[in-house]
Amino acid sequence: MSIQQQTEPIAVALIGNPNTGKSTLFNALSGVRQRTGNYPGVTVEKKHGTFRIDDKAIELIDLPGSYSLAPRSPDEMVAVDVLLGRLPAERKPQAVLVILDAGNLERNLYILSQVLELRLPTIVALNMIDAAAEKGVTVDVELLSQRLGVPVIPTRANQGEGVQDLRKALANIEHQAPPEYPSPFPPAFREEVAGLQGQLVSRNVSAPRYLVERLLLDTSGYLECELKLGGEDFHQLIEEARKRLKESGAPVPAVEAMSRYGWVRETLRGVVERKPVPPPLSDRIDRVMTHPIFGTIFFALLMMLVFTTVFSDYVAGVPMGWIEAGFEWLGELVGSNLAEGPFRSLLVDGVIAGVGGVLVFLPQICILFFFIAILEDCGYMARAAYLMDRLFSNIGLSGKSFIPLLSSFACAIPGVMATRVIENRRDRLVTMLIAPLMSCSARIPVYVVMIAAFVPPYSFAGGLINSHALTFAGMYLVGIVAAVIVAFVLKKTILRGATPPFVLELPSYKWPSMSTVGLRVAEKGWSFIRRAGTLIFASSVLVWAAAYYPHNEAIVAPELERLAAVETELEQATDEEKIAALEEELAALDHRISGALLRDSYLGRAGRWIEPVVRPLGWDWRIGCATLASFPAREVIIGTLGVIFDMGDEEEAESLPLREKLQAATWDDTDKPLFNLPVALSVMVFFALCAQCAATLAVIKRETNSWRWPIFTFVYMTTLAYVGAFAIYRIAAFLTETPIVSV
Amino acid sequence: MKTLSGFKVGDRVTVSSIEGDDDISVRLLEMGLVPGVELEVVGYAPLGDPIEIELIGYRLSLRKSEASRVLVTDKFS
Repeated sequence: MSIQQQTEPIAVALIGNPNTGKSTLFNALSGVRQRTGNYPGVTVEKKHGTFRIDDKAIELIDLPGSYSLAPRSPDEMVAVDVLLGRLPAERKPQAVLVILDAGNLERNLYILSQVLELRLPTIVALNMIDAAAEKGVTVDVELLSQRLGVPVIPTRANQGEGVQDLRKALANIEHQAPPEYPSPFPPAFREEVAGLQGQLVSRNVSAPRYLVERLLLDTSGYLECELKLGGEDFHQLIEEARKRLKESGAPVPAVEAMSRYGWVRETLRGVVERKPVPPPLSDRIDRVMTHPIFGTIFFALLMMLVFTTVFSDYVAGVPMGWIEAGFEWLGELVGSNLAEGPFRSLLVDGVIAGVGGVLVFLPQICILFFFIAILEDCGYMARAAYLMDRLFSNIGLSGKSFIPLLSSFACAIPGVMATRVIENRRDRLVTMLIAPLMSCSARIPVYVVMIAAFVPPYSFAGGLINSHALTFAGMYLVGIVAAVIVAFVLKKTILRGATPPFVLELPSYKWPSMSTVGLRVAEKGWSFIRRAGTLIFASSVLVWAAAYYPHNEAIVAPELERLAAVETELEQATDEEKIAALEEELAALDHRISGALLRDSYLGRAGRWIEPVVRPLGWDWRIGCATLASFPAREVIIGTLGVIFDMGDEEEAESLPLREKLQAATWDDTDKPLFNLPVALSVMVFFALCAQCAATLAVIKRETNSWRWPIFTFVYMTTLAYVGAFAIYRIAAFLTETPIVSV
Repeated sequence: MKTLSGFKVGDRVTVSSIEGDDDISVRLLEMGLVPGVELEVVGYAPLGDPIEIELIGYRLSLRKSEASRVLVTDKFS
């Protein structure tokens, strides 16, 4: 290792329009050496990657894809702050790598024109040259490089082509001079900027020319507030400068786009050649996909395909059956090889039942993410947003909220992260706050068990529709309707504001790259497994422990004595009638012992303590404590119900499915059944609406950088769940004429 | 002066200016809707809104409310 290697890596900022293959290029350049995080105070993701070439280490700072460097919010300010080295958390980049889409140079050069003004050594990656060729566009790379005064390297990031050339160019960046870049602005504008800069200097304030230009251009006043340069009367000076510019025919802010696009046209003259080609396949596909009739039909069919595949017995069902069988086998293996006692109970009832009950949903999650990844990668998601915008605008949102909400049907965590596609802060917040209401896959087990056990099977329309499927769909609808109402209310109250614009690029269609899709599915699947292995594992163990301990056998001493006596009698008995009577007594004793021990357990005590609260929902203390235990992660409910309704009943635990155990459950010391249709509906609605997911709340905290929003989400969703469960219980009890139990 | 919101699919027009100087107009300008640029109306979403247009080699969708700030001249008039 040479001494040079020990020096700090060269910091290079990566910038470019969305849909230019920027992420693919970032991944190709840095390989696996990446780390992500958040910038303090804003919601922008911080992505770093490093690679080595010729004894040099290069650190890439990935900036969010954007069309312009004109900040109007703290999030947009980050890119400018990073590039100007104004951020304490980040080193000032020594160079900039700008990614351009070769097929779309006219718009892509806009941000390049802004970057060149920063006068940092710059390298251009001319990406997607193959896609450009299909559109009949050829670029004279040599001439473009000459005009821009910076190296231009053609790449095909998805094929890995040009990546090595880019690495070499970056290794030499230190010796490259900053670009000579004449300002594209008209003389009048430059004079005003120089005048303002002079004013600042006389006030002992130093500001780079770029910031002063921005200050003059930003009529929203955001930058003035943010930078607070030059004191009170400086605002007056800016206003006067703007007025003079308007009179001279260079009104701000329009002058910027006009000057820059003028520069772009000059630069590209003779550089880009467009051969007339028949409309590319992408355009012809687009005609169909966005057609008012065919596009809508396709969209509906696509959504049906996605959801039927996810819930079909044939696609997801098969691997789910394997996983289930695997865990059953494991449970039996452990159960029959270990001596009875706390350790066996922990492994079988706690760990295997808890983690297995969750991992079973892995295939469904992977299938849903597979579809989402394909739709995103091929460019359809922007069309989905376009098709859905009108519907979403009714509740004050835009079509851009569609993608995050669709992802939330798999899991709200990636859904919340996907809200990054929404630039408007209020819109983004509303979408984030309603994302957990979409029925994620963790709710499926609750629905499946409750429906199978308590919804009477009916068929309509010759078996095409049945009451089970209808109830299942109804639960999804409960979440969607609640989300619509909540979004509407939020947009009318605490997150009120003008309807944000909907200006969305519809990128060309392309074949999804299977490696990108595969990588995405593996990443999401793995994070789900990790969650099951850590959070769910820990909660299963905790819930088991809370339900097992203090395990004070003294309180059931008389029953235990009688149990031993009955067992001895049973061994000696020969009379068939007597055997039957003894076996019945044995079962009753077992039941009483396990019930008494659970009631005395810590979980049981907590359940009884909250019983008055859950009684109006038709629940007893056991349902209450199962729900309580599910607040860290709702998947825990299945394991918990299993633990609660079998604790101590170990011999029969494996032979009786949970569904039957629940059907047999009665209110304490009575023979009134605990569950019935209204109670089952009440439980399902509660789980559909409640924020029982610590991980989602943590992600909302991370994305909003504030405790306020996760707390708000938790409070409003829990309230909604309680009210919803109460209402459905009373309504269902009234309609089915079920007596409301008040034991 | 006509605005972009009232054209049929297939119509080609030239941008003459953008109304206003707020965020929305800056955004439209940045996306390439600058005076002199030609664009084509490619389609309307099923419920009549947003609009899909093609300009400087790419496709953009925007709501009618935004399109009504884009003042245009009809190419064939």
